[in-house]
Amino acid sequence: MGEQILNQVVWPVVYILCIAVPLILAVAMFVYWERKVIGWMHVRMGPNKIGPLGLLQAFADVVKLLIKEVILPTNANRFLYYLAPLLALVPAFAAWSVIPFGERMVLANVNAGLLYLLAMTSMGVYGIILAGWASNSRYALLGAMRSAAQVISYELAMGLCLVCVLVLAGSLNLTDIVHAQAGGKGLLDWFWLPLLPVFVIYFVSGVAETNRAPFDVAEGESEIVAGFHVEYSGSAFAIFFLAEYANMILVSFLASVLFLGGWLSPFPPSWGWIGQGSFAWLFVKAFVFAFLFLWFRASFPRYRYDQIMRLGWKVFIPISIVWVLVAGCMKYFGWVVTGA
Amino acid sequence: MLAEYWPILLFIGVAGGLGVVLLAIGLLAGPRRPESEKLSPYECGFEAFEDARMRFDVRYYLLAILFIIFDLEIAFLFPWAVVFKQIGIVALIEMALFLLLLVVGFAYVWKKGALEWE
Repeated sequence: MGEQILNQVVWPVVYILCIAVPLILAVAMFVYWERKVIGWMHVRMGPNKIGPLGLLQAFADVVKLLIKEVILPTNANRFLYYLAPLLALVPAFAAWSVIPFGERMVLANVNAGLLYLLAMTSMGVYGIILAGWASNSRYALLGAMRSAAQVISYELAMGLCLVCVLVLAGSLNLTDIVHAQAGGKGLLDWFWLPLLPVFVIYFVSGVAETNRAPFDVAEGESEIVAGFHVEYSGSAFAIFFLAEYANMILVSFLASVLFLGGWLSPFPPSWGWIGQGSFAWLFVKAFVFAFLFLWFRASFPRYRYDQIMRLGWKVFIPISIVWVLVAGCMKYFGWVVTGA
Repeated sequence: MLAEYWPILLFIGVAGGLGVVLLAIGLLAGPRRPESEKLSPYECGFEAFEDARMRFDVRYYLLAILFIIFDLEIAFLFPWAVVFKQIGIVALIEMALFLLLLVVGFAYVWKKGALEWE
């Protein structure tokens, strides 16, 4: 009985903490890195006062947020108001349970991994809608409406991109999807090459899904202040923040797993140690995507809302529908060889 | 089979626990000095007009309906994509027809102007 509890509860929780704790630290460092990088791009210093090179800035911010007052507006629905940040946080974290970090380095190697991910990433929108509704504030409601419409629009494009990956890989299991990208040619075997337009669409949709610049009309500082979380303060705001950044890092990892061969090395396996797969490769790839998020933010002006909707519905969805068929033909006629 | 999903359930529990703990810390450690101006809805310093739950643009509603339709189509594509290789050419042609129907509907919606946000 004791052993059963150990195997059923203790070890999984230890593994979960091995994912969740580094994830929280990664979010903290990512916030620091974002401010630093954007500082450099603006020819500023970025945070540099707290700790060496400002490295402890994010932790100071966390402590400050946690000891601030959590304001509950008079008109707000108390229960929904406190529930919304939890609904945003839980899917952003739980989605990590199916990400394969390496060969057999996955918490839950489920067969419906991709379906689960799609479900979890769609759940995030409930947190946003509820936050906007429960706050009972105009800016919050407007932000929530915009954000929800944008997220569900780009989710369609994203779903179609996932179908393309599925057609080539022939499995919903993320580990199998990475294996299907293995081969003798290193990075030329990965799915980004046959699915190039879809790969671009996927990542741009990911940026739009997480409501990041240049698709950040949901927060749009200059018009509706902070959008759906304008009424949130202190630790409730910190939870939204944590969820948003965890989602950004998740999208970076997913793009690496689905299109850039996950933990596989970009060099052919015949090149010795450098051609071997390792979770370090996955981290490097994900870091590049995470950096792209910041680069976009520093480079592009915010799109107008109608431009965002046009891009999603009139450009991304048609292209990805066509590419589903193209991927089908590639697979059927054997133009793409998958698996080692 | 279902045992593989157990860690996911645990993870959802851990994530929920993390959120509750963070909220609790904020509520317990933070000060609590309510005052009527601070608790009124934020509207850039203006007096809040009335209840914020106003009518909103019907296009959001339309968009949600369209989303359900298209998302269902994508849900149909998932099983097809997994077994596609085993079924072969029949699956390819059938899905081409299916997508054609989808595209006809999409073109209709487009033509009707449901996707316009000017």
